[in-house]
Amino acid sequence: MSSSWKMHPVTQLFLARFREFIRQPEAVFWSYVFPLVMMIALGLAFRSEPMEAISIVVQDGEGAELLAETLRGSKSLIVSSGTELQCRQQLRAGQSELIVVAETNNSAAGYRFVFDPTRPGSIHARDVVNDVLQRAAGRQDPLKTTDVAIAEPGSRYIDFLVPGLIGMGLMGGGVWGVGYAIVDMRIRQVLKRFMGTPMKKPHFVAAMMFSRMIFMIPEIIVVLLVSRFLFGVINHGSYLNVMLLIVLGAFEFAGIGLLIASRAKTLEAVSGLMNLAMVPMWIGSGIFFSAKRFPEFVQPVIGLLPLTPLISALRQVMQEGAGTIAILPEIAVISVWGVLTFAVAIRIFRWE
Amino acid sequence: MVTCWTACMSLAIECRQLTKTWPGNPPVEAVRGVDLQVERGTCFGVLGPNGAGKTTTIEICEGLVQATSGDAFVLGKNWGTQADEIRQEIGISLQETRLSEKLTVLETLTLFRSFYRSGMNPEDAIAKVSLQEKSNARIKSLSGGQRQRVAVATALVGNPRLLFLDEPTTGLDPQSRRDLWRIITEFREAGGTVLLTTHYMDEAERLCDKVAIFDRGRILAIDTPQKLISDLGAEHVVVFTVSGESAAALKDDFGISLPGVISVRIESEHRCLSVREPHIAIPALLALINERSLRLTSLTTRQATLEDVFVHYAGHRLTDENSGAVR
Repeated sequence: MSSSWKMHPVTQLFLARFREFIRQPEAVFWSYVFPLVMMIALGLAFRSEPMEAISIVVQDGEGAELLAETLRGSKSLIVSSGTELQCRQQLRAGQSELIVVAETNNSAAGYRFVFDPTRPGSIHARDVVNDVLQRAAGRQDPLKTTDVAIAEPGSRYIDFLVPGLIGMGLMGGGVWGVGYAIVDMRIRQVLKRFMGTPMKKPHFVAAMMFSRMIFMIPEIIVVLLVSRFLFGVINHGSYLNVMLLIVLGAFEFAGIGLLIASRAKTLEAVSGLMNLAMVPMWIGSGIFFSAKRFPEFVQPVIGLLPLTPLISALRQVMQEGAGTIAILPEIAVISVWGVLTFAVAIRIFRWE
Repeated sequence: MVTCWTACMSLAIECRQLTKTWPGNPPVEAVRGVDLQVERGTCFGVLGPNGAGKTTTIEICEGLVQATSGDAFVLGKNWGTQADEIRQEIGISLQETRLSEKLTVLETLTLFRSFYRSGMNPEDAIAKVSLQEKSNARIKSLSGGQRQRVAVATALVGNPRLLFLDEPTTGLDPQSRRDLWRIITEFREAGGTVLLTTHYMDEAERLCDKVAIFDRGRILAIDTPQKLISDLGAEHVVVFTVSGESAAALKDDFGISLPGVISVRIESEHRCLSVREPHIAIPALLALINERSLRLTSLTTRQATLEDVFVHYAGHRLTDENSGAVR
């Protein structure tokens, strides 16, 4: 025996977990490649591009040609024309955002806008067309305004997405990695066999937790590096704070995985429980879109889900450069989840 | 909780009126009042059909199952208050444990060794079960017999004074069984105590100083294998087959009235007579066969074995349960 730390049960249990993990190439592949593929796909789909020109359609009729001419003068509009039926068709199909109809009442020129007010694109098109027509008719704006165009990293969708994906990875890795492994060991009677040795239960639990944290590090580094070089995602805060949140998040979800697996006897049962626990967070915790979009009355519930504070704190750090003090409330919620789930799991854990 | 008398200090295991009822609907009374004493340095065998309560009893002694009532002392210690000390001194092999296939033999034993305060080098444990060549092979690549030897090595690595083996050779080929018998014998010769359960009577006869025959949560008989055999009252078994016109109509207890015959049973097409004195019983049997105008197609005699003891008890059970439906 070379040294005492090497023969410590936690070290040996950790090594066993680690070896089992890396000797399963498919597991390594899925836990490291999946978040990456997801990020690249979503990053490409929602890349920030200058807003495209707006498609509108002018309905045939008296004054339609003049109207179309005026509108074609604007670079931000793509103008087509058609009969009333064709216009409606285009609107329905989403090929055009807006129908413009020239109206001439008592020699005064007027226009009718036909659009669906629930479509943000249509509302925008209406305002742009209105602006173009009013100006062409000689409107003078009473206020002078200037536009300053900026494209600052940190405000794009990909900058929003990366912290969300890191949170999702921590959740999936913790819940699956710990939950599945434990139920598998229970089925193989390995947990029962361990109980027949002087192994101490906290050592086992600690090893499960450490291994989770260690497996997480390469995954996070890969996501951060690829997002940095492919999409220019920059961490505006301190890496120490990011690390702190990752360690806490790994701890929190290892606890949740442990709790879910504490009594389950089959892989089917534990898979069901894991999905039951994770689906609300996939939807509600703001991985892909802000959790603030949900109605006010569910906000307190969403805010207390284990994943919400983690993602929120990661965004505050990475996008806004928030310091440790600013994310203390989130850290508190994460820690409470971690400690609580571990405490309950150890209490109700079934070893055989 | 009763304290241990000085007498039980010399015992490796002592069970007093153990019972275990598994909750359920209906509840299952797996163990119903078992008294057991295993002396240090001996090998004790627990025999019995499936569901007889063997595994539950051994797992109570291993500290894995809590008895519903009764006491179990292991190496003079009490599970309630000295669990960790007991675990440091026992080694167990469960009926079915699938060790991690991704780990090597050496890694597995190093892991188990780390749980014990003292013990042997993992390499030495591997040598004890003659798996040195497989030391760096993953469990996945091992045969059933080799895996079982690894399982026993994990039980040995903490240098236990008491070894629990639950059906250590079930499903193994003859050579692997012999390998395990050698390991068990060596452990005992070095002063260790063994408690094992088995389905194989030859195994029990060969390894055990004492055996207990379990049935439906109780012990039917407990003694040395030799004593159990001689207690049958018939140390010889006459096995014969007959043919002829009236052969099919013979009653199951054909031959029971012959002099010196203690009991009769049928094993597939063979009829077995347990007899005290073959030289009296066999001529009488031949005369009877002749008288009924049957033809004797085979006749052998052998020494009674533990198998006969087991069948004697198990046979009673079957008769009780199925009102005479003897196989």
